[in-house]
Amino acid sequence: MTDATLKTSVLNAAHRAAGARMVGFGGYDMPVQYEGVLAEHRWTREHAGLFDVSHMGQCKITGPDAIAQFQRFVPGDYQVLKSGRQKYSLLLNEQGGIIDDLMAGKPDHDGLFVVVNAGNKDEDFAFWAEHLSGDAKLTVLDDRALIAIQGPEAAEVMAKHEPVLAEFGFMDCARLMLFGVDCYVSRSGYTGEDGYEISVPAADAERVWNTILEDARVKPIGLGARDSLRLEAGLPLHGHDIDPTTSPVEGALTFALSKSRKEAADFNGAERILKELAEGPSRVRVGLSVKEGAPAREGAEIADLDGKVIGKVTSGGPSPTLGRNIAMGYVPPAHAALGTELKVIVRGKAAAAEVIDMPFVAQRYYRKPKA
Amino acid sequence: MHFTKDHEWVRLDGDVATVGISKHAADQLGDVVFVETPEAGKTVGKGDSFAVVESVKAASDVYAPVSGEVIEGNVVLATAPETVNADPEGEGWFAKIKVSYAGQIDGLMDRASYDAFLASL
Repeated sequence: MTDATLKTSVLNAAHRAAGARMVGFGGYDMPVQYEGVLAEHRWTREHAGLFDVSHMGQCKITGPDAIAQFQRFVPGDYQVLKSGRQKYSLLLNEQGGIIDDLMAGKPDHDGLFVVVNAGNKDEDFAFWAEHLSGDAKLTVLDDRALIAIQGPEAAEVMAKHEPVLAEFGFMDCARLMLFGVDCYVSRSGYTGEDGYEISVPAADAERVWNTILEDARVKPIGLGARDSLRLEAGLPLHGHDIDPTTSPVEGALTFALSKSRKEAADFNGAERILKELAEGPSRVRVGLSVKEGAPAREGAEIADLDGKVIGKVTSGGPSPTLGRNIAMGYVPPAHAALGTELKVIVRGKAAAAEVIDMPFVAQRYYRKPKA
Repeated sequence: MHFTKDHEWVRLDGDVATVGISKHAADQLGDVVFVETPEAGKTVGKGDSFAVVESVKAASDVYAPVSGEVIEGNVVLATAPETVNADPEGEGWFAKIKVSYAGQIDGLMDRASYDAFLASL
């Protein structure tokens, strides 16, 4: 039964026909699993997984002032971003807190194509509608589905449909005809694996979905495995690991701060962010190996070896690839060095944990050989 | 074997109840990755959370279908939690409880009633 308050992806019927178990996520009725989270997780790491992420928000920001206006609220340099490239960034509030994290790229010669989180999209679009001034226009692409194919065999599968995709490097993007329709494609994802995200007109989504699934190397993967895959890849989930109170420095996302933008200090929250870069933040997101007991999940307290509570877990669970429990959470910088011994408290029991490097499982993005 | 509406099962042998979660519950949870069973000597009341079962995604409480004293937790589940998926109503039992009085299972569903209950969900 579908909760009547939930919106549906255009692929909803396909998921149900495939026997998916559905849950509410980001306001949408989405597949959490098909055959099982562990099997789907492993399939994606070994072959290719197909994800319906149509609940995510897609939009274009266009016009002569599009990039200058977009940049007021993100710390990345999109002026120098080359056509055919995309970049991860953060939509910031005036306090430097993360309203959302996003991918923005230049797939064509018409401004930016932006993908944002499902649960924040209405807020993001309202923010841009209110704050973009000058000659910059927001167009919400709610007539498009978004399909991700991820895993070591994703590139071979997609090359069969469109050979040019094999020539993309990680974070390359383009607007092109794929499966006979107008698509936005990027070589990126949210699993740590090589793969693509494909924005396809809603009317063609089911045909494209089923066509990609005809390849025996591809299986549909639910949001359960998407979450365990991104956790292993050390990627934060907005609303859990980062939120409007956390800064990019606290969130260990300083790679998203372009050098030119830091020098110009001309984006929302620059004052706080530059101060934290100079003096250190009060807390920082770290990776934890939980060495005994139960998985430490969101909300579990993190304590030092004296038992003093110093932070909280924001995501955690078993790592199917590593065969042990991992987590991410916030601690003061004094406890953030790799190798620091800590405790996580799960249902009143303290278990040994250690600060370890993220990603927990090596990312396998495809970097093009230098010409 | 009797069942609760929370999908626990109980099999009474004399005054010892073996308890676990139903196949339906195990299927709904998906891959079980961690189980915390109670230690011997612990007193549990009917309806109390007495064990925790965790899937990849979440932790769920397991409620005692009967009152009594735990005489054994299934230690196999500590190292092989997947047993809950493989044989939920057999080798995947959670605990053996010495029941405080035998009449406790009277209010629980038998297999036919439980199947009808599942069909109504």
